[in-house]
Amino acid sequence: MTTVMQKGLLPPEEPDSTGALGRYLLLQKAGGLIAPLLTAALAFLIGGVVVFATTKSIPDTLQTYRAIFDGAGLDWFLPWNTCTDPCTPAIKLQQTLLVWVPLVLTGIAVAFAFRCGLFNIGGQGQYLAGAIVAVIVAAELPLHVDLAPVPLVLLCMLAAMGAAAGLAAVAGFLKATVGAHEVITTIMLNWTVIWVGTYLFGFEGPLQNDQAKEIPASNTIDDGSKLTQAGVWGHPDLQGLPWISLGVAIASLVVYSLLLNRTTLGFQVRAVGYNPEAARYGGISVARSYVLAMGIAGSFAGLAGALDVLGWKFRLDTTDFAGSIGFIGIAVALLGRNTALGIGLAALLFAALQTGTSTRNLDPEIFPPELATPLTIIIQGLIVLFVGADIVILLLLRRLRRRQVSAAA
Amino acid sequence: MGPTPARFSRPPRIVTHVASEPPVLELRGITKQFPGVLANDHIDFDLRRGEVHALLGENGAGKSTLMNVLYGLYHPDEGEIRIDGEVVRMGSPQEAIARGIGMVHQHFMLIPVMSVAENIVLGVEPRHDVVLLDYKAARDRVRDLASSFDFAIDPDALVHDITVGQQQRVEILKALYRKADILILDEPTAVLTPQETGELFGILRSLQQEGMSIVFITHKLNEVLEIADRITVLRRGKTVETLPARGATEEGLARLMVGREVLLTVDKPAASPGDVLLQVEGLHVRDDRGLEKVRDVSLDVRAGEIVAIAGVDGNGQTELIDALTGLRKSESGRVVLAGSDVTRESAKAHFEQGLGHIPQDRQHRGLVLDFSIAENIALHDFRKPPDSRFGWLFPGRLVESARRLIKEFDVRGGNPQTYASALSGGNQQKVILAREINRDPRVLIAAQPTRGLDVGAIEFVHRRLVEERDEGRGVLLVSLELEEVISLADRILVIYEGEIVGEFPPTATEEELGVAMTGGGRQGGGA
Repeated sequence: MTTVMQKGLLPPEEPDSTGALGRYLLLQKAGGLIAPLLTAALAFLIGGVVVFATTKSIPDTLQTYRAIFDGAGLDWFLPWNTCTDPCTPAIKLQQTLLVWVPLVLTGIAVAFAFRCGLFNIGGQGQYLAGAIVAVIVAAELPLHVDLAPVPLVLLCMLAAMGAAAGLAAVAGFLKATVGAHEVITTIMLNWTVIWVGTYLFGFEGPLQNDQAKEIPASNTIDDGSKLTQAGVWGHPDLQGLPWISLGVAIASLVVYSLLLNRTTLGFQVRAVGYNPEAARYGGISVARSYVLAMGIAGSFAGLAGALDVLGWKFRLDTTDFAGSIGFIGIAVALLGRNTALGIGLAALLFAALQTGTSTRNLDPEIFPPELATPLTIIIQGLIVLFVGADIVILLLLRRLRRRQVSAAA
Repeated sequence: MGPTPARFSRPPRIVTHVASEPPVLELRGITKQFPGVLANDHIDFDLRRGEVHALLGENGAGKSTLMNVLYGLYHPDEGEIRIDGEVVRMGSPQEAIARGIGMVHQHFMLIPVMSVAENIVLGVEPRHDVVLLDYKAARDRVRDLASSFDFAIDPDALVHDITVGQQQRVEILKALYRKADILILDEPTAVLTPQETGELFGILRSLQQEGMSIVFITHKLNEVLEIADRITVLRRGKTVETLPARGATEEGLARLMVGREVLLTVDKPAASPGDVLLQVEGLHVRDDRGLEKVRDVSLDVRAGEIVAIAGVDGNGQTELIDALTGLRKSESGRVVLAGSDVTRESAKAHFEQGLGHIPQDRQHRGLVLDFSIAENIALHDFRKPPDSRFGWLFPGRLVESARRLIKEFDVRGGNPQTYASALSGGNQQKVILAREINRDPRVLIAAQPTRGLDVGAIEFVHRRLVEERDEGRGVLLVSLELEEVISLADRILVIYEGEIVGEFPPTATEEELGVAMTGGGRQGGGA
């Protein structure tokens, strides 16, 4: 008898999944698109309870969700909405897309490591490392060397990716050599980067702004390195948007998918992620895979940092170090099930939520602006919670299906 | 709360097979459907008082499903369960236990750090002051119970300190403590040495004398004939036949199980050994805890011969294989593979040098279960053309070569894109064989290549290993199954406590090997 059947609880045709994690991954595979959709829907439903507690009426609750939708600028897509100048929905949509770009990239950073069996909590640190290096190169280098915009931007991106890759690879190296858990090391590296950045750009820091000594920020980047090229590309309504960033994010999703599924490196990473012992037996160096996977994951997060700096931040303020883009990336990867399409969609959801519930964008007549930020965090938290609990949803689905089968019989 | 002591002084029942007495257990028309698989298709089964009734069938024949239905783990779609003639509903294992059914799973459900007595009373502990375990009472009851059945076991021993055979006895005692009078044993001998199997059969016979009715699940034909009174054969979820063990033959049972004639003995021409392909000299290997597990092992494997290493599990076989395949560094000694010294080389270098390795744990090492068959077949060579070029993978080519090998090795139940996890054990093993043999290795190391496989798959693996031998490869077989060792090997080496303690011709008997395997025939008076 196979060991499967001995375990007793699984029906025999179900493969022997090694332990709880294996069963979980199997169920995830079986859940397909439905489970993540249900997860998000359930989070919004329960979030609705919170909204209802504030507004005390169901129509108002629905109104609030509509306001979040509008706040994210998603109503710009509705064909019956005409837009006058200045086009408010377009401005809001631009903000959503600006947040989408780094969420996609930090989502990839988490997902790629995850496919190698590593939990990369260091997306935030890698993002900041990329941002710091990009701002240094873009602000300081043109003072000494005269560079054309295209090579300057490419140099910024490559430097940012390299720095973030190196940072993340440290965690991979520690895991591979001394077995230090990547969750611990990436968190510690996050703090290292935060304090290095605070030291560099803070008051009296070596790279603090030359002009304004009263603000703890870096210098503003060189004009040639800015990605906003108004009038060059894109829809006339969306001229504030760095279209290059958007393109890079989409290209990154394609690269992620190809890298994972169509290269020997991806094969190696997936083999190690699914079963390190079998990978080792197959002749794959597990240690090298850990370092490589973390490095590649980090480079995506670093690219996110560079695009934000070059696209719209233009300089780094020490308050930027308190952000949470890298952490939301974890939720994006989880909800997106580590697939390229899933990451793209999940990032859109989180970006829209972030923008739509921001104090600025949420209609104050419908929902009290003071409560807008807590609402964002509540819904985000619920999604993460339900992503973690989606095994429950999948089990419910399965039971439901079974009941239907037996009812039909 | 706990069982009453009266249970232990039960007078032995007189075993009579009166035809009019209703069976203690009857399963009628049990049907259990899983998505895509009819695991049990109107199965009938009955158990008489005081008999050992073997449930025989290949992997996936529905044996365990049927017993899980009986034990309340699954609910049948159709059919009924009768105990002592009365129709019952088994909602959960608790209800099954309450009806006197005890189950000993193949993988023991024991807590290693707790004592034997604690494990046995777990869940139905004798207590004092409502919540506190009355350990003394527990120990006394367990001791009484063990002695009433003549079990030699120390109630205070910790489970992780006792042998596998003793752990199994603890499982049986657990069932007896819960007043079971129907005992289900799921593949009980899979983890035992030949000696321990003999002891288990002794225990089962004495339980039978006490009036216990026993269901014995297995796919091993010789055991069935040795212990069972009656045999029910299942095939693909259906009852094929119930027959008395007396008069049955292994060949006949194998035919019933598989549905066709099966060659139980390996038919092989004499070996014609050629050059030495694998040479091991004075190898010492330590395990992860730093204990020396392989001591001064020297051996040769020549082209065109099968050399088998026989031994009881845990005598250094795992570490030896790991060292020979580059997965573990050896302390000292030398391994020469097809003329070049690979002692310090990586696993990859071993493969490049012409080693094929069928690992003993196919699910944790041999396969990436979440990979497709095609990806698993490419596991060693995905970096080389035609699988890839300049780091770019060609999944289409992986699928093509997998399709060819699936056909050649008769892998059933999947196409190249099927996940390895969806295959049965036998077909998983065929995928591994296909991968390793397709690379045209000089030396093939097969570690327990038929573990957990059914008769049909074992026949396939054995035939293939002999074919590879005749192709001129050197085959090193490491197996715990003496029957397999004797029928396949051209030379047999016995390993005991990490040392090769003797070499035997294939004409050696199981008894001779068994003695050597337990250290009895140790040469040079080492111990």
